[in-house]
Amino acid sequence: MSGSIATYLEYPFVRYALIVGMLIALCSSLFGVTLVLKRFSFIGDGLSHVAFGAMAVASVVNLTNQMILVLPITVGCAILMLRAGQNSRIRGDAMVAMVSVGALAFGYLIMNLFSTSTNLSGDVCTTLFGSTSILTLTEQDVLLSAILSLAVVAVFIIFYNKIFAVTFDESFSKATGTNAGAYNLLIAVVISVVIVVAMQLVGSLLISALVVFPALSAMRIFGSFKKVTVFSAVLSVSCAFAGMIISMAAGTPVGATIVMVDIAAFFICFIIGVVGRR
Amino acid sequence: MALITVSGLSVGYDSNVIANDIDFEVNKGDYLAVVGENGSGKSTLMKTLLGLQHPLKGKVTLGDGLKKNEIGYLPQQTLVQKDFPASVREIVLSGCQSRAGLRPFYNAAEKKLAQENMERMNVEGFAGKCYRQLSGGQQQRVLLARALCASRSLLLLDEPVSGLDPKATADMYDAIKRLNDEGVTIIMISHDVSAALRFATHILHMRNTPVFMTKDEYKNSDLGKCYLSVG
Repeated sequence: MSGSIATYLEYPFVRYALIVGMLIALCSSLFGVTLVLKRFSFIGDGLSHVAFGAMAVASVVNLTNQMILVLPITVGCAILMLRAGQNSRIRGDAMVAMVSVGALAFGYLIMNLFSTSTNLSGDVCTTLFGSTSILTLTEQDVLLSAILSLAVVAVFIIFYNKIFAVTFDESFSKATGTNAGAYNLLIAVVISVVIVVAMQLVGSLLISALVVFPALSAMRIFGSFKKVTVFSAVLSVSCAFAGMIISMAAGTPVGATIVMVDIAAFFICFIIGVVGRR
Repeated sequence: MALITVSGLSVGYDSNVIANDIDFEVNKGDYLAVVGENGSGKSTLMKTLLGLQHPLKGKVTLGDGLKKNEIGYLPQQTLVQKDFPASVREIVLSGCQSRAGLRPFYNAAEKKLAQENMERMNVEGFAGKCYRQLSGGQQQRVLLARALCASRSLLLLDEPVSGLDPKATADMYDAIKRLNDEGVTIIMISHDVSAALRFATHILHMRNTPVFMTKDEYKNSDLGKCYLSVG
């Protein structure tokens, strides 16, 4: 088994994929704490469905680089959903449900109607649950994902203190003159970038797991924002690495394997949290 | 000149007016208690003072060199904060966010200010501890320390003792009184008329047309007597 991994690692694109996988895991975990605490987890989930719809359109139009279309659409919907959460003719969560289910149905429909591919259900499955093998990522995907992931990490570090302040207490931030609306917008935009990038690794249905599990695991054990953030980043990267290695060795789908490792880590953290509190 | 002058102010949501013709002044060192029933516009007035909401009519004037971002605010606790993983130090330091402006990280002076205010509110002993593990009274003192980082001169407190047990309530009132004695101007929303009368120098009683008077005037007014006998 270890022999087969060693063979895999001899190929440069496998190493690239591993690096990108870990970068994706890193940036999706950073905003996890904010998302969970701001009760935004459902927006992340909704956005991933939107990204699926956009991806379907992109593949039907036969774009060579699908991200050019998928990224702006997802960012646009993120802004829309955030606005909907604030002024409430239709409640925020209902709005998210409408947009996300709509995008899912629309995406599947046009893939069925217009797809030129011979393996339609395979395409759909890949978009929903991620590449069955990490080796299908092209070199261009790898480069773009790496750049976007690093950008997300940079944004997080620069705005770390503001993100903390706005997440912890929006009304206090507003009262002291921080433009909370702008930071909420920033968070929503970054989340959509994370989702679009992570979609290639774990697929649109499994992204939320990558965002939510490391944060929730870290919150079981630690009591300061900095520690929770650092630990969830470390945990997420290690789980992604372990998941990718296992999936290569055992031939399992990479997205689902990573999520399983994340879930296992959550239960370990949960137990540590319970025992530690006694 | 007064710190805050409010004249002919109407507050409410959209075109829905909750309270009309609000007139009052807050001078340096005052302790103003805003009392009144639920829905009488206390919180809406506070949001208008903080500039989170536009006045429907009339105006709020800040004087004496007070800038809009220099009001320390103690909001009511939200659900989010109940399970928020944040240490006491992180929270108090976040009171410096308007001082830091667009600078991404807090500087040494801001960290020192946070430290001083933690000592002032007697919470420096658990600076590294998680906020959600503190008692209600300790949590409120942490938020008060944060508000002090945002402003040296004026604090707006929204129901600072709600949900606290009697001992913690008394401690909280003492802490606020002590700050007031040190020269911090206080505006406090409260349900508790008798406590408000014990500590405040001025009372703003919110109702359809709110009334503003000094504590002694209020005690002798029909309105005040009515509320005191009920409370």
